Amino acid sequence: MADRTLELVDSGHRACGGCGPAFAARLILKGAGERSIVCASTGCMEVFSTPYPQTAWKVPWIHSLFQNTAAVASGVEAALKRQGRDEHVLCICGDGATFDIGILCISGAFERGHNITYICYDNEAYMNTGIQRSGATPFDASTTTSPAGKKSFGNSRPKKDMPQILAAHGAPYVATCSIAYPNDVIKKVERAVNTDGPCYIQIHTPCCTGWGFDGSKTIDLGKLAIETGLWVNYEIVNGKIEKAKKVKRKPVEEYLRVQKRFAHLFKPSVNTEEIAKIQAIADANAEKFGIDLKI
Amino acid sequence: MKAILEGSHAVAEAVRLVKPEVISAYPITPQTHIVERLAEMVADGVLESEYICVDSEFSALSACLGASAAGSRVYSATSSQGLLFMAEVVFNVAGMRQPIVMSIANRAVSAPLSIWNDQQDSLCLRDSGWIQLYAEDVQETFDLHLLAYKVAEDHRILLPVFVCFDGFIISHTYEPVDIPEEKDVLAYLPPYVPFNKLDADDPLSMGMYATPEYYMEFRYEIDQAMGRALNVIKQAGKEFKEKFGRDYSELVEAYRLDDAEVAIVAMGSVCGTIKDAIDAMRAEGRKVGLLKIRAFRPFPAEDIKKALAGIRKVGVFEKNVSIGSRMKGAVGYEIKDALSDSSVQVISYVAGLGGRDIRIEDIKKMTDAIEAGNGDCFFGLREELI
Amino acid sequence: MALRIGCAAAPGQARENKTGSWRVFRPVFDHDKCTSCGMCQLVCPEGCILTGDKQFNPDYDFCKGCGLCAQECPAKAITMETEEK
Repeated sequence: MADRTLELVDSGHRACGGCGPAFAARLILKGAGERSIVCASTGCMEVFSTPYPQTAWKVPWIHSLFQNTAAVASGVEAALKRQGRDEHVLCICGDGATFDIGILCISGAFERGHNITYICYDNEAYMNTGIQRSGATPFDASTTTSPAGKKSFGNSRPKKDMPQILAAHGAPYVATCSIAYPNDVIKKVERAVNTDGPCYIQIHTPCCTGWGFDGSKTIDLGKLAIETGLWVNYEIVNGKIEKAKKVKRKPVEEYLRVQKRFAHLFKPSVNTEEIAKIQAIADANAEKFGIDLKI
Repeated sequence: MKAILEGSHAVAEAVRLVKPEVISAYPITPQTHIVERLAEMVADGVLESEYICVDSEFSALSACLGASAAGSRVYSATSSQGLLFMAEVVFNVAGMRQPIVMSIANRAVSAPLSIWNDQQDSLCLRDSGWIQLYAEDVQETFDLHLLAYKVAEDHRILLPVFVCFDGFIISHTYEPVDIPEEKDVLAYLPPYVPFNKLDADDPLSMGMYATPEYYMEFRYEIDQAMGRALNVIKQAGKEFKEKFGRDYSELVEAYRLDDAEVAIVAMGSVCGTIKDAIDAMRAEGRKVGLLKIRAFRPFPAEDIKKALAGIRKVGVFEKNVSIGSRMKGAVGYEIKDALSDSSVQVISYVAGLGGRDIRIEDIKKMTDAIEAGNGDCFFGLREELI
Repeated sequence: MALRIGCAAAPGQARENKTGSWRVFRPVFDHDKCTSCGMCQLVCPEGCILTGDKQFNPDYDFCKGCGLCAQECPAKAITMETEEK
């Protein structure tokens, strides 16, 4: 088991105050431990942690491009194998790098069965470039490329189901988690790095700047996403969904209302029709994963 | 050991002797015979490498980058569309100073789609920071692979290398090849010693981003290393001659240039045809010679200047086109620049694109055009189609 | 200082960047209320809450004043006060 007291991401990084991904980075390495090699994609985390020469990473770390992280990790893993080395190979990438531009390399790496753990910190848009829509952006979220307007309620498509896509590649372990439950993140990362084969972990990392809320509320937001059923923490072990976190569900409005990206749904009056569509997404999640606590 | 080998299989033999720990490539005509043969060698245990069958050329070079960063010697091969698809990684690898060697079976670029040879693919990555070597025949193709690793991995250099050879014309042609003994190759090319390495026992962040305070100096350092490569390639070539007998101690090769008035400058397999044409023209009393360029990056401007001193007219055989440029070909400009303080006339001929055959007669006609001073044009067009 | 080839750097250098200067609000810890549960240390995105003598204290060199620790402290032992410049 990795030593959880180790801080493997240094202070002095340039993330926003209250940054969900910065918190996630610490948790990931608490789970993976100091014998890890991190392959990073271009994105917020890469930028806030590695302006030359001020790296925040205490473990070996490499960044090549935006969309090739899984392929770089494939090469690292192959080299370690040939050299008889034992480090864990991790990818830590944002949702744009994962859901969109990097999916070719990820699909290839998972199909080939490399012994890597691919971790997506999901803040649901391209935050580094200024909050543009990605395939992970939720329905009706307003971003700079899916703005709400007179003829738009924001992003018109639901979030892509990456965990299922990677489970369908035969990944032995796939899990979702949230920085709102830090020990769960640590445990799932630890399990993934100790599972042979390509594993995928998707961490919900609320972004105060991109979503529009106060940085002190990052964990509250993560909890609300889970308590409304809009984010579900679960595991897929050898293709079977397991251990979805059960909740006493709250109406989605409680989650939406506190974020600027959904503010258009409440102005000038509450848009019950659109909110009902989002509620239906939460209801479908609850049904699919069986997360409703029976009272 | 002498063997009759197809060009691609000769490359595979060179790779076997170099013993990369990781090979990653994606099949593309006309590179396929190389990667197929390497896969066979791995399957038979003749070559103990991790062979990553990737999803794309983009992943192929990315995986090589990761493996190289983790401290392994690596190998890849591609052509044409594959090289363009990995172009973003090509620049990145050079910037990250990973000494990767990649074979380029030169092929034309789409559109129109063409699987046949020219040198557009590698030449359009001229500014990427990769060393570019061009081979004339199968033996030279084999040899340059060994030399390429020696130069790339030299800690004074740490730059990746394209070993370029013409698709089909070399990759699919059988020629006799002298294959050295494993122990001699090992003596020439010792095991890889990485400069920077991903290692949990000695952590390092690699590929960080550079603010405006640092970026230019990093790019300057790459250019400096490329400049140093001029001599390091020559040293490696000299050592190669001492070990294996074949001479690569110069970056350019003169053929019957001594008393020539007209010179053709070319790279790659067409040099063989040009030599035959020169022999024929010499027999007719024409004072013509060839300057073959082996290293296009770094560009041996001083060597070219020296080799072409006293020549009146120079024609550059271009298997590429820089569309929209005045001279039409990309190499001509560099030759012109190398000769800029002389009165020699330099003209370019875009020829042999997309596999168009070049015969001795064509070279004679080109020589007529050089002598007449007509150039900076496409050469050998089918007038009836225009 | 010469550049390290490949834009590479050894660990420890982020600490030269003292992000404490960003702070608008300052977390003030009430050690009498503190139950030493460690939640503040766990949730800090900067990883800058230090332990010593069974006391938790932020490293003000790096604390950006985001207030997550105060928000999450189960004992309400942390209050955010306006930073005096």
